[in-house]
Amino acid sequence: MSDISVKTTGTSEANDFFPKLDFRHRVGRAWLAVFQASTMIGIIALSALLYNIINSAFGLVAIEYKLDPDTLVIDGTPIEEMNQGQLIQVIQENISAGLLRQLERETPLTEYSLPGLNSIIVDRVLRPDVKRSWSLIDSIFSRDEIFVEASAEFPKAELEFRSWLTTDFITQPQSSQPLYAGVRTAIMGSLLIILITILVAFPLGVGAAIYLEEFANPNFWVNRIIQTNINNLAGVPSIIYGMLGLAVFVRLLEPLTSGVAFGYAEAGATLNGRTVLSASLTLALLILPVIIINAQEAIKAVPSSLRQASFGLGASRWQTVWAHVLPNALPGIMTGTILAISRAFGETAPLVVVGASTFITFDPTGPFSKFTTLPIQIYQWTARPQDEFRNIAAAAIIVLLVLLLSLNASAILVRNRFSRRNW
Amino acid sequence: MTESNTVQSIQDQDSLETRSAINLRRKPRIGEWLIQIFLFLSAAISIVTTVGIIYELGVESLGFFSRTLWENTNKSLTTAIDLDTTELAVSASGRSPLNGDQIKIEEEIMLVTTVSSNVINVERGYKDTVPAQHRAELTLFRANKVTLIEFFTGTTWIPQIGKFGILPLVNSTIIVSLIAMVIAVPVGLSIAIYLSEYATTRVRSVLKPILEILAGIPTVVYGYFALTFMTPSLRTIFGASNVEIYNMAAGGIVIGILVVPLISSISEDALSSVPRSLREGSYALGATKLEVAIRIVVPAAISGIAAAIILAISRAIGETMIAALAIGAGPNFTFNPFKGAETMTGHIVRISGGDLSYDSIDYNSLFAIGLLLFFITLGLNIISQQIVRRFREVYE
Repeated sequence: MSDISVKTTGTSEANDFFPKLDFRHRVGRAWLAVFQASTMIGIIALSALLYNIINSAFGLVAIEYKLDPDTLVIDGTPIEEMNQGQLIQVIQENISAGLLRQLERETPLTEYSLPGLNSIIVDRVLRPDVKRSWSLIDSIFSRDEIFVEASAEFPKAELEFRSWLTTDFITQPQSSQPLYAGVRTAIMGSLLIILITILVAFPLGVGAAIYLEEFANPNFWVNRIIQTNINNLAGVPSIIYGMLGLAVFVRLLEPLTSGVAFGYAEAGATLNGRTVLSASLTLALLILPVIIINAQEAIKAVPSSLRQASFGLGASRWQTVWAHVLPNALPGIMTGTILAISRAFGETAPLVVVGASTFITFDPTGPFSKFTTLPIQIYQWTARPQDEFRNIAAAAIIVLLVLLLSLNASAILVRNRFSRRNW
Repeated sequence: MTESNTVQSIQDQDSLETRSAINLRRKPRIGEWLIQIFLFLSAAISIVTTVGIIYELGVESLGFFSRTLWENTNKSLTTAIDLDTTELAVSASGRSPLNGDQIKIEEEIMLVTTVSSNVINVERGYKDTVPAQHRAELTLFRANKVTLIEFFTGTTWIPQIGKFGILPLVNSTIIVSLIAMVIAVPVGLSIAIYLSEYATTRVRSVLKPILEILAGIPTVVYGYFALTFMTPSLRTIFGASNVEIYNMAAGGIVIGILVVPLISSISEDALSSVPRSLREGSYALGATKLEVAIRIVVPAAISGIAAAIILAISRAIGETMIAALAIGAGPNFTFNPFKGAETMTGHIVRISGGDLSYDSIDYNSLFAIGLLLFFITLGLNIISQQIVRRFREVYE
C-alpha cells in the first residue's frame, strides 16, 4: 500500500484523515515486526533444541585408563599391530587367573576374532573410565583450555574426541557404565510394543470410525454419547491412561498379561503384569481416539456420490463400505494412523506408570517379557546426576528423532502417493 | 454387483413369462450382521475406556479417603499396663486424643472414652484386636483419615507423616501452566495471524513444516532440553544463587514452546475460515492490513482462538515428562518460579517409577491426584467444546 500524499485542500476532516494514515501504517509495520519476531522465536526454539542435542552428543572426553596402552608392547610391537597370538599373550599376562578361567569357559580365547580380542583387552585390561566430557562447541573452540584443564585435574587421563553415537551404541544392551551403554534393549522393546499396539489399535480404531460414520444413526442418543466421548478421550493426559493401564492391565488382568493363564513361565522370572502386553494395550487405548477421529475425517471426505452409486446398483451397506468407501479413504486413514503411531513411539509417562523395567539387559522375547523403551531410557539417563549420562541421553535422542523422522516421512510419502483422487 | 439370482423351477406350467424368476427378497446376510456387531463393539470400547478410567480412579481414591492413617501422637505410656487396665497414664508431650478416637499401642486398637490431664480411659481390644500387656515408653498412635477438606486445603504433602494436602502440587501446576501460557499465547497467536494474513506461500511452506516438527518432538526431548539448556541459561541470566537446578520457570517456558504449535495451528484454521468478503469489505472502507487482521478477522474467529487457548491450557496441565525432568523433585508450596516444586503429573510419575506396593496409601494417593487431574482436563475440554458450539460465527 503506497502512502498517498495529498495537498491539504478542502475540509478539515480531510486534513485530519491523511496524517492519521501515516500513523496507522507505522503502527501496522511495527506489529508486523512483532509477528515476524514471534515466528522467529519458534524457529529459534527449534534450532536451540537441535543445537543442544548435537552439542552433547559429540565432544572431547578425558579418559583414564587403569593401564596405559603404551606399556603393552611385546617385542617392540605396539598393541595396534599385534596379531592374534600376541593379543592372547597380552590378555593372559594381564588379567587375573580367575577371570581368565571364566572367559575361557564361555569361549576359548583362540576362537575370538581380532576385534573381539581387542574389545576384551579394552574392557578388562585397559579399563577406561570417563572422567569428564565436554560439549562439541567447547571441544572445537576452546580446545587449548580443555587441554590445560584436563592435564591439571586428571593428569593420567588422555583426551580423545568421541562421538557418543556409534554403531556400538545402537547394538549394545544397557549398562550401568556410560561408556558401554547401548540402546539395543530399548529399541527392541519400543519396536515390539509398537507392533502389538498397531495390531490392536488399527482394527478397533478403523472399525469404530466406520461404525460411527456409516452405520450409526446420528439421532440415536447412544451414538452421540460415543462421539462426544471419543472427542473427550482424545484430550485426556497420557498419564491417566497409564494409571488406567496400571490398575486394569497390570493388576486386574495380571493372569492374562503375565502369561500365566497361557501356561507361559520363564524360568526364574517373577511373573507380574508389567509386560510388553500391558504396555501395548495401554498405548493402544491411548491412540485409539486419535485414530478414530482421523479415520472419521478420511471417511467423511469420500463423496457421497460414490456411495449413492453403489447403493443404486443394489449393494448392501457393508459391501459399499468395504469395496468403495474404504479403499478411497485408506490413504487418509494410513496417514492418520502413522502419525498416531509416531506419537505412541514417543510416549513415556504412561509406560513409566505401567512399569517399565529400570535395568534389563536382555532383549524382549515376546509379549510377556519385561520391557523398556527408547523414550524411557532417555528419561532415565537424563535423570541421572553424572554428566556422561547426558551425553548418551543426547545420542539416544538422536536415534529417537531419526526413527520418528522416518516414520513421519513415510506418512507424508503415503499421503502424496495415494492422493491422486479418482473422483 | 450381487443381485442374487435364484433359479426357481416353475410349478405352474401356464406361466408364460420366464423360466427362471428372480428372487428379489432381501437375503439375510449373517456375515455382515456379525461385522456390524464387531464395528459397534469397537466404537463401544471408547465408552468402556471412559467408564474404566472413572471407575478405577474413583475406587482407588475412595480407598485413599477411607483408609485409616495411624498418626504418631508423640505421647507415650508412662507406666506399663496389663491385659485389662482401662486407665492409661500417659506423658504430657504430644497431642491428646479426643473422646471417641481410636488409638493404637503396638498391635492393639483401643477406643478412647474419657480424657483428662495425662490419663486416658479406654476400652480395650477394640475392632477385634487382642488385648495385650504393654510396657512403658510405648508411643500412642491416633487414627486419622484424610478428609476432603484436608486434601484440598492442606499445604504440605508428606506421606510419611500422613500429611496429604494437595495444594503444593496444584499450586505448582498452576504456576507452570501460567508461565507456559504467558509464552505460548502471544507467540502462538502472532504466528497464526502472520501465517493467515501476511505470509506468502513460500514462507508458509517453510514455516508450517517447522511447526509440525516442533509439534512432533516427543516430550522427553523437551524435558532434556529444559534440564540441560533452559536451566543453565536461566542460571546465567538471573544468577546461579537465585535459580535452583530444578525450577518451575525452565519447565514452564519449555512447556510453552511445546504448546505453541497447538495454539498456532488451531487458531490459524479458525482465522483462515473467516470468509474473504469480510476482509475485502473492510479494505474497501479504508482499513490498513493490521486493522483488518486485528479488528475484523480475529474477533470473527475468536471462538476458535479461545478454544485453542483452552486446549493448550489443558495440554500444559497434563504435561508430564518435562515436569518430571526439570521442575522438581518433591512437593513444595512456593510462589517463586525459580524454585523447584513438583507438579501433580511429575509426582505421579516419580512415585510410580519406584517400588510401589499395591495396597499402600501412596498407591491410593496417586489415584486421588489422577482423578483430580482427569476432572480438571475434562472440564477444560468440555468448556472449549461449548465455546466453539455457542460462539462460533457461521458465515454463509
